Amino acid sequence: MRGQFVKSTENLMEHDSRVMLLLGDISVWPFRHVRTKYPGRVFNLGVCEQAMAGAAAGLALEGYRPIIHSIAPFVTERIYEQVKVDIAYQNLPVRIVSIGASYDYAASGYTHFCPGDVAIMKALPNMAVVVPGTAQEFDYFFQALEGPAYFRLASQCHHHGSMARIAVNRGPTVVIAVGPTLDLVLEAARDLPVTVVYYAVVAPFDGKDLNWICRDDDHIVLVEPYNAGGLVLEIQEALHRPVKITCVGVRNPKGAGWPQDHDTATGLTVENVRKVIEQNLA
Amino acid sequence: MDRDTNLNHLKRQIVQCAYDAHEGHIPSSFSALDILWVLYDRIMRLEGPKRDRFILSKGHAALALYVILAERGILSAAELNSFATYAGLAGHPDLGTPGIETTTGSLGHGLAIGVGMAMCLRWRGINRRVFVLMGDGECNEGAVWEAALLAAHQRLDSVTCIVDHNHSTDLKVGVGDLTAKFRAFGWQARETDGHCHSSLQRLLARPGFYMPTAIIAHTTKGHGVERMEGNPEWHHKVPTAEEYEEIMEELA
Repeated sequence: MRGQFVKSTENLMEHDSRVMLLLGDISVWPFRHVRTKYPGRVFNLGVCEQAMAGAAAGLALEGYRPIIHSIAPFVTERIYEQVKVDIAYQNLPVRIVSIGASYDYAASGYTHFCPGDVAIMKALPNMAVVVPGTAQEFDYFFQALEGPAYFRLASQCHHHGSMARIAVNRGPTVVIAVGPTLDLVLEAARDLPVTVVYYAVVAPFDGKDLNWICRDDDHIVLVEPYNAGGLVLEIQEALHRPVKITCVGVRNPKGAGWPQDHDTATGLTVENVRKVIEQNLA
Repeated sequence: MDRDTNLNHLKRQIVQCAYDAHEGHIPSSFSALDILWVLYDRIMRLEGPKRDRFILSKGHAALALYVILAERGILSAAELNSFATYAGLAGHPDLGTPGIETTTGSLGHGLAIGVGMAMCLRWRGINRRVFVLMGDGECNEGAVWEAALLAAHQRLDSVTCIVDHNHSTDLKVGVGDLTAKFRAFGWQARETDGHCHSSLQRLLARPGFYMPTAIIAHTTKGHGVERMEGNPEWHHKVPTAEEYEEIMEELA
């Protein structure tokens, strides 16, 4: 998805002279052509993430449309107070784009993991949170949302071009798949009597469709690529009634290795998700 | 106009607001007041897109800024009297309040925001300045030094950072030689008496040349009220009724 990020940024810059890109010494090489094409609009601000966020706020206060970018923990957790006060509270048009997601940089170890980013970013006022499942999805929301908005790029994509909310409609058990987990969920749910509902935008959460999708006695299986249970409150509030929600998502990753190692350890596998769905069939 | 204006009338307003609201950082406001007065009275252009920008990064000195904004008619008397009420002026500056460029209060944020503003002014070819007022305690924050790095790297000579150095850190984590520190970060840096209007005006009048400027203004926390001066007990204290009477008489 980083390739799409470069293209989408270039496209935005072509059509809007207010768009600026601030990099935290990450993705500098992929953006080299954009930097050449738009001199004075792409800045590598080094490893000064908090100041990068503050500068973005200053740019936005003056009418510009800055984008800030780094690896997920460094552009969310590390700069959280600047995002909270300078960007989100002041409702400024800043796009925050991360790479790395929960553990795409698995080999780098825990300091580069960020399964908690979605929870903290969606807790902020005015902040849209997008967990795109495909490069095209990212491009669509990136062009549409000026900010404040957080875009969580992952190395995994699903392969279903449609952004349709309901991916599969075969039965009463509802499985909610977020972002890149859609492939995994559809494979796990193969031949099972389930309805798969897909979300890429987790904040603001649009739960109105869930009311007619979910019957009174439905169990819901929620599959997320970040800390498990992130959307439980939103789902409960959308349905206006208690509902059993079984969550599959990231839980306390540790170690290094490959992302697949962590998927296995945390249960984000076809086998485990299928088992959970079968346990919750209506 | 007098070279050094007596600001006791503003200090009385600060005490009044804090006493009425049971809230406020009076000594920090007193140490910053002369700097703010000189900026708003003698240096800054205040209106329109081609105005100078001011950020009170040490946001707890908000009362000092509010009384000056009220003196200039930017805030009304009613707004000033609404200090620290639910729908009124916040205890720290809030975007949306007339005359306030950005929300502050958590230390260390203002200089980076000022850097962003200065970058914009440069791109637009607007020859105006960005002033950021910080405290010496605030210079403990790492974010300040990130912003200082960026300002020098970008050669933002429109940025002037004034440190209201009331030496509150002398009893805590000392900041050492701030002038030398800013120079080491690529700034031009000067020191002055932060209560001398003529000296402040002389230093603030000139922007830097190809580099940002830091002015280390040595001040007294609680300046002008004997019981408050240099007394950490008064950092966030509101006077009792008896103390209020005595302080107002001292400032008469």
